[in-house]
Amino acid sequence: MKFLAARRRSPIVASALLVGALVTVGGAYAALGAVEPAQAALAVGAETQVEKGQQLYLEGCSSCHGLKGEGTQTGPTLVGVGAAAVDFQVSTGRMPLAAPGAQAPAKTENPYSEEDIAAMAAFVAALGPGPAIPTAEQLDYASADEAYGGELFRINCAQCHQAAGQGGALTQGKYAPSLMGSSPKTITEAMLTGPQNMPVFSDAQLPVEDKQAITSYIVGLQEASSPGGLNLGRFGPVTEGVFLVTAIFAALIAAAVWIGIKSR
Amino acid sequence: MSDLTTPQGNPDGHGSAPAKLGYSPVADIPHKPRATDTDPKAARRAERQVASMFLLSMLFVVLFVVAYVAIDKTSVVYIPVMGEVGASNVALGFTMGMAILLIGTAAIQWAKKLMPDVEVVQQRHDMVSPKRATLEAEANYERGKEESGFVRFRLIRRTLIGAMVLFPIPLVVMLRDLWTPTEYTEGKSPADLLSTTLWTGGMRIVADGTYQGEHSETDSGGEITGEPVSPDDSLAHRPIRPEDLPVGGLIAAIPLDLPEVEHAEGNLNARGKAAIILVRMEPDEIRSQQGTGWDVEGILAYSKICTHVGCPIALYEQRTHHLLCPCHQSTFDLADSGNVVFGPAARRMPQLPIGVDEEGYLVALSDFEEPVGPSFWERG
Repeated sequence: MKFLAARRRSPIVASALLVGALVTVGGAYAALGAVEPAQAALAVGAETQVEKGQQLYLEGCSSCHGLKGEGTQTGPTLVGVGAAAVDFQVSTGRMPLAAPGAQAPAKTENPYSEEDIAAMAAFVAALGPGPAIPTAEQLDYASADEAYGGELFRINCAQCHQAAGQGGALTQGKYAPSLMGSSPKTITEAMLTGPQNMPVFSDAQLPVEDKQAITSYIVGLQEASSPGGLNLGRFGPVTEGVFLVTAIFAALIAAAVWIGIKSR
Repeated sequence: MSDLTTPQGNPDGHGSAPAKLGYSPVADIPHKPRATDTDPKAARRAERQVASMFLLSMLFVVLFVVAYVAIDKTSVVYIPVMGEVGASNVALGFTMGMAILLIGTAAIQWAKKLMPDVEVVQQRHDMVSPKRATLEAEANYERGKEESGFVRFRLIRRTLIGAMVLFPIPLVVMLRDLWTPTEYTEGKSPADLLSTTLWTGGMRIVADGTYQGEHSETDSGGEITGEPVSPDDSLAHRPIRPEDLPVGGLIAAIPLDLPEVEHAEGNLNARGKAAIILVRMEPDEIRSQQGTGWDVEGILAYSKICTHVGCPIALYEQRTHHLLCPCHQSTFDLADSGNVVFGPAARRMPQLPIGVDEEGYLVALSDFEEPVGPSFWERG
């Protein structure tokens, strides 16, 4: 007893007791939870993926998002953002962030394989319920109404991403990116999860068919040619005006100078 | 400068004989003949240049007609710099543009190379009328005053002035017709209309643009045969439950009655005032709002119309809760009563008080308490 009494206040003992208590509670929970055999087998597979995801998360993400995804001063919480958010942010190269700043730009280089991303998505999905990665069926826009999608796009998306999906400026250095390189999957995931400052467009608000219609419209924009000629980036009156007062006015001034010069 | 006003034929030391009107040469400026003036070969060359430009112009007109007939309007070609463009548009534009450009260029070349380029002076009269004419005009005015008796007949003079003053009144009165009353605006003055919208207590909030894009009939092959379901069918617009809008979400919304009113009025006046956005944030993120309990579980409804000059705004940043107007960068903080944090807007964004009806859908509790949209006189 003297041995115990002497070491009772040691910090090691406190930690050991905590670990012991956690193991006991966790074990009891696992033992008491009636798990079906098939589900248990699935859970084991998922467990290893989640563990791998956790490992990758601790290495690549935890410095900003916290060891348990609780968020820190530099990064928001990931509890409840769902697998779709991870898939969107990491597969487009937005995360891990290259440098802190107003915008998290998409990058072409991505340090993670698809398997890695799936593992991290599984880990983050396990932190709390959130939107799942959309299925191929959800993404199939083949039978969607493109014109209706255009109307929804102009009401819900065009204010930031511009009517032709070219993107636009937000406040204080932030911007809404161009959608010209976005795949149906990233488009749908962005609507589901509201990355960075984009609002969330849930399935209750824009049901799957509406999202398919919007995707169909964006793909239509991506594939559209410019029947009218030089499209000047499809930015509308601003670039057209700049082109007018620079290139066209320069040509007119040159013509006026030629008319005015005395012939020799 | 005196050269321009001295009468024709005054030698003034120039020593030249009086020339035909409009042809008097300016003797002081040395004239340097052009190559086309001295070298007949150069003149021939210039003539050929001009003529070939006119010929080319004709050729482009022919090409235009050929392109119009031959090129399929839907065909697309790749042109460097321009990218994928409509073949027909580009061909028609290029040939017609070249045809007219060549006519212009040929005309200028003709004038520059072959028409005379001798400097000439055109003589002009003084701007002031001769003294005799001004005196006569003055006398005519005095005689008219005398003969009409404008001074003598006081009654006529005063009634005439009265009639002239009253005459513009019908024109002003007719301005009222700029506003056409409909059954929805009956009994409201134009001033009332500026400060009220379609929103009333209990009016359901529906998502904008969510009519079902379905067609009434399709044949066995899936081809559409029936009329599309009308976008004006207000029943097709989706009402919104609070749980439909996640935290960080945004819905562009309108009053349930709007499609019907819009259809009846045939214009967008009602929409221009009633359009709103719904945003949801965590209730503890709301620092202030324009009335107590105007939110539903963190869902706030704000006007979509900028208070600066009335652009529709929905650039909502869900993390900063800022609403940015793309026209002039006015920025409103929706977590703080919609106050202006940046830009030229002078007033905060009006908030619509909202609640939930017995079926669980979002409704307005009343109309806006402040007029929406850009400022007008009665509204500071």
